[in-house]
Formats: sequence, structure tokens, C-alpha cells
Amino acid sequence: MKGFLLISVLGVVAMLAEIFKLKKILLPLVVLGILAAYVLNFMEWEHPFSISYFENMIAFDKVALAFTGVILITTFFWFILSNSTYDGQPHMVDHFALVLFVVTGAIMLTAFTNMTTLFLGIEIMSIPLYVLAASKKNKINSNEAGFKYLIMGSFASAFLLFGIALIYGATGTFDLNEIRAYIASNPGNMPSFFYAGVIMMLIAMCFKVSAAPFHFWAPDVYHGSPTIITALMSTVVKTAAFAAFMRLFMIGFNGINETWTGILVVVIALSLVISNLTAATQTNVKRMLAYSSISHAAFMLMVILANVRSNLSVNAILYYSLAYSIGSITAFGVLNAVTKYGNENFEEFNGLGKRNPLLALCMTVAMLSLAGIPITAGFFAKYFVFTVMMTTSFKWLLILAVLTSAVGVYYYFKVIIAMYFRSSENEEPVKADMSSMMVIVLTAIITLAIGIVPSVVAEMFTV
Amino acid sequence: MLAGSLIVFPLIAALLVFMAKGKGARNLALGFSILQFALSLVALFQFKHNPASHHLVLNCTWVKTLGINFAVGLDGFAMLMVLLTTFLVPLIIVTSFKNTYDRENIFYGLILLMQMALVGVFMANDGFLFYVFWELALIPIYFICLMWGGENRGKITFKFFVYTLLGSLFMLVGLVYLYNHSISLAGTKSWAIQDLINSGRSLGADQQSIIFWLIFIAFAIKMPIFPFHTWQPDTYVTAPTQGTMLLSGIMAKMGTFGVMKWLLPIVPLGIEKWGGLAIGLSIAGVIYGSCIAIVQKDYKRLIAYSSFAHIGLIGAGILTATAQGLQGAMLQMVAHGINAVGLFLIADILLRHTGTRDIDKLGGIRSMNGNFAVLFLIVMLGAVALPLTNGFPGEFLLINGVFQFSATAAALAGLSVILGAVYMLRSYQAIMLGERKDSNIAFGSLDGSDKAVLIIICAAIIAFGVYPKALTDITEPAVKALMQNLK
Repeated sequence: MKGFLLISVLGVVAMLAEIFKLKKILLPLVVLGILAAYVLNFMEWEHPFSISYFENMIAFDKVALAFTGVILITTFFWFILSNSTYDGQPHMVDHFALVLFVVTGAIMLTAFTNMTTLFLGIEIMSIPLYVLAASKKNKINSNEAGFKYLIMGSFASAFLLFGIALIYGATGTFDLNEIRAYIASNPGNMPSFFYAGVIMMLIAMCFKVSAAPFHFWAPDVYHGSPTIITALMSTVVKTAAFAAFMRLFMIGFNGINETWTGILVVVIALSLVISNLTAATQTNVKRMLAYSSISHAAFMLMVILANVRSNLSVNAILYYSLAYSIGSITAFGVLNAVTKYGNENFEEFNGLGKRNPLLALCMTVAMLSLAGIPITAGFFAKYFVFTVMMTTSFKWLLILAVLTSAVGVYYYFKVIIAMYFRSSENEEPVKADMSSMMVIVLTAIITLAIGIVPSVVAEMFTV
Repeated sequence: MLAGSLIVFPLIAALLVFMAKGKGARNLALGFSILQFALSLVALFQFKHNPASHHLVLNCTWVKTLGINFAVGLDGFAMLMVLLTTFLVPLIIVTSFKNTYDRENIFYGLILLMQMALVGVFMANDGFLFYVFWELALIPIYFICLMWGGENRGKITFKFFVYTLLGSLFMLVGLVYLYNHSISLAGTKSWAIQDLINSGRSLGADQQSIIFWLIFIAFAIKMPIFPFHTWQPDTYVTAPTQGTMLLSGIMAKMGTFGVMKWLLPIVPLGIEKWGGLAIGLSIAGVIYGSCIAIVQKDYKRLIAYSSFAHIGLIGAGILTATAQGLQGAMLQMVAHGINAVGLFLIADILLRHTGTRDIDKLGGIRSMNGNFAVLFLIVMLGAVALPLTNGFPGEFLLINGVFQFSATAAALAGLSVILGAVYMLRSYQAIMLGERKDSNIAFGSLDGSDKAVLIIICAAIIAFGVYPKALTDITEPAVKALMQNLK
């Protein structure tokens, strides 16, 4: 909770920084602030001041704290990485403030216990993102991305609100625990619009996590936005959306699984197939990563589908989001450094193995992790999902996941092949500035480290 | 302690070699690999002395909540395979002395990394650890083939990678199923090999059949067994010589070894039901591979197909689950490992000295270099399994094992010996004997490093042919234990 408050204050400070001529020291200030928030967050783990706040609107239980931790770690790396993009830019201060608000919304989503806080969190997170997506205002792609994101996002929010309203109509409450109690006490005689409300919320959440067939916005938005913003979307925002998804369906709608599991199965199967097959045909690395993020979304959804409300599932989704976020930060960091020299196509990676061996090595680690090859974090992430899925009756989905993972290897390895196998006409070394280099190397090391010793994260909640 | 160091040592060596500069990397890698061989000899001494010694096993917790342990150990099978690996890797490094590779430190580092993963695969006593090493072995060899391979390497190595990865993912699904099932017997979910075996055996025949195929496909692709072999010839030909040696000499044994240690004991009912079909496929591969080898013009491709045929016979022998079959398979795995390295080296020497591997263009090399002709002859005779060479006892026992399963199958498998003699002798004749076909081709004298490797290989071929008991002594107890387990 204290970390959450600190981040929101930090956002306001960043907004005012320009007036007080703090622009020069803003980045160190923000980074230190995030670290402080992380420490505060960590301290609450053992000694919480209180678990729920504001009349049970928000509850920082251990699950929320763990996801907040993941979000803060990724934000920390993101800010250091962003230095190379924003250094000396006139609008840096506004950007920082907006990103901090995104993070505030994201943390709210990990901890809500009330559907109004859910809606607030989603809006606080999304509205700055619409602006950030369109922040390269001279580029038509970026404008398109922002506009598309705004329209699709509002559409999803409308669904969400409609769903909340219907559920309120049936239950008379916004509180997740009370909704669950209502389901438990009225088996079989709930009004049909209650089910409609649940399904509408499911659709809205699928929009937010960009699962097929509600994924159409994602590739264009990811592609059009500035790379650094795409990095934010595919890490912090994704983690938060999943934390919210999990909270909503594992706590709130836990009693009526049969209503939503059928739909979720279709969503997952479609996401796996569409994303992997489309990603394989992309020529643009950023678009490829966008499609691949849909496939990762499907993997995380599988845990929610399994709906064993156990620590095993929480561990699995937590580990998955951390592994995926850290791997993505590395990948986008390298992409950001490489694309300074041209566009974002696979050809830009040609000969990177010679032009900057360290960068190529880190990118290889990230790609191996995203493809799920041992001993990287991505492998354990997939493995945990497998173990959770094994306990359910949807084993065929697992086989589908295995097959599509093999397709995944194809497009991730396209990058590796380009780096080591193809030569480029341009032999000049690729340079990345100190701070990005540091983040890239550090995240690559973390990817390996939590792959070798997964227990540090995977045993957060004892089974 | 000793068991752990067999895995950790090549890892540290690989990291040091990555950091080395220039030619130093090569010598450093050779030095480390010889030390590793010495280490495995110490292990062998310990093993002979006291097979139950606690130095030969290591068991520590890795991920506690999931029941994953870093459990490794040396039984007879593992001991022999580790010895084979540590014996071949220094030889493989020496064969590269006359080739020039750019970024040598990476090349040799990857070879040592590969060695670490291979030793890990052979020693793992924990299902999860086995899978991790299994996958880990794929990454260095992929980069070796990708960065130093020949024409069209991008596509070919990629096919190789996806093929094997897909297979191992199925294996993972099968193993996770066994792991989840183990709770009903062991009380807690466990990855330990004995718990997985118990878990597999408690399943019904239908479930065992599914598990059999999930796991078998991974091994069948790795060996490879017909019809999962399509990645193999191209990859073997495209890979740099050292990569091919690692692939056929050692990595192919991962598959056969896996069947022996991880498939036979786990799904006996599955084997009973589907073993016949799997043996049929293996033998089909033997005949198919041999026939294609006969018509090959490129000598390296010919060996690639012959390697496929030999491995098929090993697979068939293991799947019969007879003592002779298993013992023969172990012998033949060692023999094939040694011979394959020899033959691929010969293909490389031919290319380096004459500029071609095309059998039609070569001829009369014996008159140019008699020493080479003799060494080539011995390696070739080992490959056709002439008595008193190392190929013979293994092949004999294998066919014996297959015979106990079915006389027809044994007759068909026996064709491998005849067909093997056809393509091996014919190619030898064409390359070494007769007149020079192309007067532009000169051969010159052998390089010292090549000569040394060939002499060591020839010595091993004859030594193990005359005295196979040196090898069977190591594996005998393990075969007995496995047969006991299968009953």
C-alpha cells in the first residue's frame, strides 16, 4: 500500500518537475523512488500494516504484493532503458508522469477487491497509455496506434461497465467476496442477466489482455507506438491485466466456472493458433513480438482456465509474468538499440553477432527464454503451466500448446539466425548507450538466474 | 562429489575457453578435455573398485516444492557412455587442428558445453534433470552447425532444431503425466527415476501405450529411427566435421540410451504392445538407410546414411528387451561412436587433401599414400563388423537379441551386415584402389594430428574387437539389474 501511494505521489512530482527545474535530476529521482516503493512493498510482505484499505475497496494481500513487486521491477528497468529515448527530449517530464500513472493504475489492478476499483484501475492505466501510444506525433503510425487503442480500449471499457452494471443488478454489490458469497448461496436460481454480465466482463478482460479473437488492435498498436512504449505495454500492462483477470475470476466468479470455462477454452485455442501462425509470417520484429505476446497471453490464460485456486496456480502465473516481462525488456531494449540504425525488420538484425556480440548474446538469451528452451526462465514458466494444466480435463489444449510452441521456435529463431548467420552490408558496430546496455545485460542475467534457480520466485507461495 | 565434478568441470572449462583469445582457446580446450577424460578414468577406477560408492552419486534439492532434485549417478550404462563421451571429445578437438575456424574460442567453448550436457544426460537420475540436459545438449550443437556449417545451413539446422525440439516437448508431456501420477504411489509428486518407473508401471495398458509413444518419439527423432530421420542426412552433411562427429558419435546415443534407461522400465506393457511395430520401423530404417547409402556419391552423405542404418539396428536390439540385445546395444553404441568419428574424419581428410568427397572423382589414393590406406581399411572393417574388430561382438549380440524376438526380423536385420559390406567395400575400392581417375588430384602425406587420431581409433577398434570383455564387464551388472527390473 505504501509503495502504491509513493508511486502516485511520484507521478504528481514528475508532473511538477518542469516548473521547479528538476528536469535534470528527474530520472534518478524516479528510479530511486521506484526502488523505495519496492522496498516498502517488500516490507509489507512480512509485516502488513493492514490488508484491506478504503472500506474493502482495495486489499494488498500477499498475491497483490507479489504482483506489485513484479510490476515495480519491470518499471525500474523500463525507466533506465528509457533514458536513451528520452534524454534531452522536451517532453520527457510529461512522459514520465504519464508512465508513473500507468504504473499506479497497474498496481491498483493487482490489488482491487471491488469492481469499482477494478474499473478505476483500468482507466487510470489505459488513458495515459492512449496518449503515450500517440506520442510520436509527427508519425502517422503512432497517431493511428493511439487512435485505434483509444477506440478499442473504450469499447472494452464499455463492455466492462455494462457487465459490472448487470452483475450489480443481480447481486446488489460490487465487492468480489460478496459476489462469491452470493453465487454460493444462490445455486441455480441466479437471474440470466447475471451470467450475461459475467460473460461481458470476460470479453472485456480478453480485450485488455489481447487474447484472440479480441486481439486485432494489438499488432497495430504495438507496431505504431514508439518502441519504448511498446515495451511498457507488453510488460507492465500485461502483468497487471493478468493479475486483474486472475483476481476477478478466481475470487469473484469462482463458483460458476461452467459459464466461462467453455468460452475461455475457445479463446485460448484461437489465441494459440492465430498468434503463432501469424507471427511466423511477419517481417517486422516488433509485429512478431506483438503476435507472440498474444500466444503468451494464451499460456497465462490456461492457468486461469485450470482454476485450481491454489498456490500452485498463483506461483505459475507470477513466474510466467516475471519471466515474460524480463525477457521482453531485454528484447525490446535490443530492438530499440538496433532500430536506431534503420527500420524494425528482421534484416536489421543481420550480422549483429559480429557488430555487437554482447547485444547479440543477450538477445539470444531473451529469444531462447521466450521460446521456452531450458535453462532459461521461459522454460520453467511453460513447465509450470504444463503442470497446472495436467491436473485439469483439458489435456488436449496442452498438446495444442506444445505444437504451437514449436511454431514459436520458428519465429524466435529467425532473429537468432539473422544475428549469427546472415551478414549485412553495414559492418559498422551497433552502439548502445551505457544505461540500456546495463539493463539488457542485467535482465539477460536474471533470465538465466531464475531459470537455474526457479525456486526464488516459484516458491513464493508454499504449495 | 566425483559425479558432480564430471558435470561441473566441463562447464567451467567451457566458460574459461569462451574467455580465451586466439589459438590459446584450442589448446586450452584440448587440455581440459583430456583432464575430463582422466577424471572419468578415476570414476571408472572407483566404479570397478566399489560400484556402490557414494562418490558416484550426487543428490541435492533443486526445486523443493516440485520434487525436482539434482540427482546424478553412474551405473554401468552411464559409466560406459560417459567414458565414450570423454574419450571422443579430445579426439574430436584434435581433428579440428587442420581446419581454421573464425571465433575459435566460441567454437571450442560450445564443444565443451555440449560435453557437459551429454554427460548430464547420461548421468541424470531425475526425470526433470534428464529433460533439462536433453534440451541443453541441443543448443550448443545448433550453434555449431549454424555458425560453422556448410551450404544452406540456415534452413537445415533449423529443421533439425525444430524436429528434435518438437519430439522432446512430447517427451516432456509424457514425463509430466508420470510425475503427476506418481503422487498416488509415492504419496508426493516426485521426479526421481524410481518413482517415475513405479508410476508408469501402475498404469493400464492403454495409458502406457500413450506414454510409450509420447516418449518414444523424442528418442526416435534423436537416434533417428525411420520415419523420423529426415532431418539427419542433410544435417550430418552440412554440419562442420566436428559437429557431425558430435552428432553421430555421441548425440545419437542419447536416443538409444534414453530408450534403455527411461523407456523400457517405465512402460513394459506399452513395449509389449507396440515394441513390435517400433522394431519393425527400426529394421525398415536399417534396410532403407543401407540401400540409399549404396547409391550415394558424396562420401560424407554415404556415412551419414550408414550411421542411420547402424543406429536402427541398435534401436531394434534394445527394443527386444533381451539381455543379448541390451548388451549388444551397449557394445555397438561404443563401437559406432568410435567408428563414426573415424569415418567422418576420413571424409574430412579426403576433402582437405583432394578438394572433393565425390566417390566418382577419387581413385588410386593407395598408391599415393599407403599409410592412409591401411588406417582407412581398419576403420572401414570396424564399420562392416568384421570379426576381431569392435563392430563384430556388438552386431552379433544385437542380431542374436533380435532373433529371440523373431527369426524373420533377425534375417532382415542381418541384411544390414551384408548391405553394409556392399557400400563400405565398394566405396573403399572406388576411392583407394584402382587407377587415378583425375590426374589433377594429388593426396600428399597425412598431417600429424590426423594420423594420431586415426591411429588411436584403429587401436581402439582392434582392442575392443579382440577383448570386448573390457566393456561388457562394465555393463554386465547394469544389464542384469535392468532385466530383473523388466520381469
